[in-house]
Amino acid sequence: MGVFPVTLFLVRRIAGFAATLFVAALIIFLLLDLLPGDPARFILGINASPEAVAALRVQMGLDAPAHERFLRWVSGMLMGDFGLSTTQRLPVATLIAERMAVTLPLSLIAMVVSVVVGLPIGILAAMRRGRPTDTALMVVAQTGVAVPNFWFGMLLTLVFAVSLRWLPTGGFVPWDEDAGAAARGLILPGLALALPQASILARVMRTALVDVTEQDFIRTARAKGLTKSEAIWRHGVRNALLPVLTILGLQFAYLIAGTVIVENVFFLPGLGRLIFTAISERDLVLVRGATIALVVVTTATMLIVDIAYALVDPRLKGRDA
Amino acid sequence: MIWQSVRRHPSLVIGLMAAAGFALLGLISLWWTPYPIEQINIARRFLGPMADHWLGTDHLGRDMLSLVMRGTLTSFVVAALGVLIGVGIGVPLGLAAVAWGGLVEWLVLRFSDLTFAFPAVIVAILIAALAGPGETNAIVAIGIFNIPVFARVARGGALAIATQDYVAAARLAGLGNAAIAARHLLPNIMSLLIVQGTIQLSLGILAEAGLSYIGLGTQPPATSLGLMLRDAQSLFLIHPSLSLVPGLTIVLIVIALNIAGDGLRDAMDPRLRHQGLSHGAG
Repeated sequence: MGVFPVTLFLVRRIAGFAATLFVAALIIFLLLDLLPGDPARFILGINASPEAVAALRVQMGLDAPAHERFLRWVSGMLMGDFGLSTTQRLPVATLIAERMAVTLPLSLIAMVVSVVVGLPIGILAAMRRGRPTDTALMVVAQTGVAVPNFWFGMLLTLVFAVSLRWLPTGGFVPWDEDAGAAARGLILPGLALALPQASILARVMRTALVDVTEQDFIRTARAKGLTKSEAIWRHGVRNALLPVLTILGLQFAYLIAGTVIVENVFFLPGLGRLIFTAISERDLVLVRGATIALVVVTTATMLIVDIAYALVDPRLKGRDA
Repeated sequence: MIWQSVRRHPSLVIGLMAAAGFALLGLISLWWTPYPIEQINIARRFLGPMADHWLGTDHLGRDMLSLVMRGTLTSFVVAALGVLIGVGIGVPLGLAAVAWGGLVEWLVLRFSDLTFAFPAVIVAILIAALAGPGETNAIVAIGIFNIPVFARVARGGALAIATQDYVAAARLAGLGNAAIAARHLLPNIMSLLIVQGTIQLSLGILAEAGLSYIGLGTQPPATSLGLMLRDAQSLFLIHPSLSLVPGLTIVLIVIALNIAGDGLRDAMDPRLRHQGLSHGAG
């Protein structure tokens, strides 16, 4: 098998990515276009004259037919121009970038914590399979999966912010003002997001490793004289990481959506709060820009995982996902 | 035979009984709660657990046990209807993909890819922008999230069945694609669907809590476990029990459902352990 199938796979995957985004943009555009209420009238208020409303509609480009406005929106986004927020009079791209500076680091912290905590727990449980350590760890993981992350955030605030006073209860200092304070503000929300993810990862890692250890090459390694834990460490963990990688990608995608909920607990100015404010103020340009930004990040993560998977696992090269 | 397998899987019994217990508690709230749900009594607010109020009272002096009972019902109903939407649309899609193959399968797969790109929160935000927040919108958002999950599980399970000799025999006997899907594929993936349904039910309860917490789900004067947490948001630093009671209830329900799901999987068919069941996060 040469380079060709891999290239073909990549081309097809990226084409699929582009098509998904295009259809997603179409759906978002159509849904928000159906929204009752005229944005121009909303901005000017009910006492505005029909002439003023009509003039603003022309200025906002609302007089053009829907397909023209859709194409203008999509081609603008390809150039990095997401349009102008109707309420804040600022480029939507700038507003999204500001909020991504909270949302993305928060998701990354949560991801790193869940990997650092979840994988060792899964490996340990698999190596102690059937023994009390395994049972205890899996009870913890079973509980972790069941805890709503935003509620865990409330509990963390009670313990670490109110009782111990180690960390702030909420709010966010911009990175360029005080990077240390900004990072401290993301620790508790990051932990809150990480708990369920770490629990899922631990369970997946354990199952994958148990599966792998039942396969022939581990038996061969044992026959060669390796101890059980040597065989698992040298051959098992690497092979078990493949299914874990898939879950990891899906999790990161959902983590970004999860921040929308958790940022409410800690009053963080993330993408979610931007969208909620925009909805209540009927700022449709901003709503659709921020929503498609969330979809882009979700889809791009899945694409990256698929590509990584194809590059890591030679058996999958050229296979249709 | 069923009884034997149940006795062999104590966790299944515990999980099912606990989940059924919570569901029953919710159902009872339709006819009876210790106090009326909407009975506000400011003079008796923020009470701790006591004989009159087993779980205390909230910031409006409402009885927490009554609220938890009705909230549990809402959470179960929203999650269950979300599962029904997912099964009702996702399973036919997955079966059609296998029975017809070719273009139909391609379309179903692309559709499920597309739906995966919209996490439940984003769907809920879009629906809320369109139709306003509410229980129905939470149900639709969770349902849409469930569609690709069930489509994939149904397709994965049916692919394994479609290669069996009796399916080929049925095809030779002149059965059409729809008849094969209904008579041979569907009955054979029922256990897969029941197990995935349990998992999605528990994820749905978590999702309902999250959506109501950010104000996109259940609206007052109705109540749900997530809405109770939203009410507690500004007060829990002073009165932690306001968030502890609904939060712990959610955790216990979800644990019960997950244990039941794991137990069902083991009891119905140990081999399912490794088939396309996903424990994804919502």
